Amino acid sequence: MVRVTFTPTLQRHIACPPVEVAAATVREALDAAFAGNARARTYVLDDQAALRKHMIIFVDGKRIVDRERLSDRVLENGEIYVLQALSGG
Amino acid sequence: MSDRIHVATRKGLFTLERHSGAWAISRADFLADHVSMVLSDARHSTLYAALDHGHFGVKLHRSNGDGVWEECATPAYPEKPEDEDDKDMWGKPIPWSTVKIWALEAGGTDEPGVLWCGTIPGGLFRSDDGGTNWALVRTLWDHPKRKKWFGGGADLPGIHSICVDPRDARHIKLGVSCGGVWTSTDGGGSWNCEGEGMRAAFMPPDQMYDPNIQDPHRLVQCRARPERLWVQHHNGIFRSDDGGAHWEEITEAGPSVFGFAVVVHPREPDTAWFVPAIKDEKRIPVAGEVVVTRTRDGGRSFETLRNGLPQQHAYDLVYRHALDIDATGERLVFGSTTGNLWISEDQGDNWNCLSQHLPPIYSVRFG
Repeated sequence: MVRVTFTPTLQRHIACPPVEVAAATVREALDAAFAGNARARTYVLDDQAALRKHMIIFVDGKRIVDRERLSDRVLENGEIYVLQALSGG
Repeated sequence: MSDRIHVATRKGLFTLERHSGAWAISRADFLADHVSMVLSDARHSTLYAALDHGHFGVKLHRSNGDGVWEECATPAYPEKPEDEDDKDMWGKPIPWSTVKIWALEAGGTDEPGVLWCGTIPGGLFRSDDGGTNWALVRTLWDHPKRKKWFGGGADLPGIHSICVDPRDARHIKLGVSCGGVWTSTDGGGSWNCEGEGMRAAFMPPDQMYDPNIQDPHRLVQCRARPERLWVQHHNGIFRSDDGGAHWEEITEAGPSVFGFAVVVHPREPDTAWFVPAIKDEKRIPVAGEVVVTRTRDGGRSFETLRNGLPQQHAYDLVYRHALDIDATGERLVFGSTTGNLWISEDQGDNWNCLSQHLPPIYSVRFG
């Protein structure tokens, strides 16, 4: 299982607790994480389902490369952090 | 007269109420959040607040006035086709994603659920159920002339003004920066960009009068005579007497014809107010004096109103949505980038400062 953890600052707007999901890519992990929390999806992804401009995702400590398709691979027992990028102020 | 004012700011939404002749802040909502727009929908006492969370995007909330807010749907763009090469006039890619809610208006009294929302990067959205669902108005988004739009001040083009004709809600006018004034007479089924006489000094001479590249900073419509429109434009003030088919440029208006905000009296089409500033690259009050200009004769002459406003080293800029007039035409309110909020209860002859300590003000609304 892959563990997905969201930035604590998001919790001020919408509850988004850590979840464990079965996934092989970041896209699959987020789709699973948002399956029961559709509104949270709009806080992380834009209208085209790409990562918002001032958000950032780390997979096992490495920043993802594909911000649009979220195709970066995730290993079994991987850990995903969805965070704010400081570029957003 | 309206005894309530909603003030959308960079750090929250503030409500002021008038009791026993005195105004005071009665509520603070979304404290610390960036509130880009507020709409008080008088048809069913609903208040809407558009938030821009920066990292987390744009959101829309609504309340029935009891202080309880719920997040409703945010206008969202449909999936962009793989082969769609959408660029603005300068070749810059247009994102199919809501960057800012820049205009929010109620539909007609005979269509109680209808809301219109203008966004950056230029999409117009319609809701038929008070914001529960939104749909992009494809007739405008897919219009070939939309691709000639470009950003004015902002990086991307946007719709900041929506005027719904009180006689017939199918007649809608939009102000677009930069994309001129657009009209629909069939409820958004089709659109036309018109405007003979509107001039853009920022374009080469052969394109200066192209209606589709104009930068109307704000478009307003007289309620009693909807064919009378006023525009505070990037390079001046324009008035139309025929619903926007023709525009007359007004070249003298007190200290400056540059500014962002304009309101028109609800019953007197010749009476309008502006908040001037030094144009283009400076955007501060002329001589450090905050003033309001008023015409009562359709722009032939202007009074410069300054009683109660700071007249020394004042550098307040008033954004396009930060000036409002109430339904009686007696009360006006405006707020500034410096967080000052002023009210007049005599059509601008005298002003009182309601607060000097608010965050930068984006939008004010009576209601």
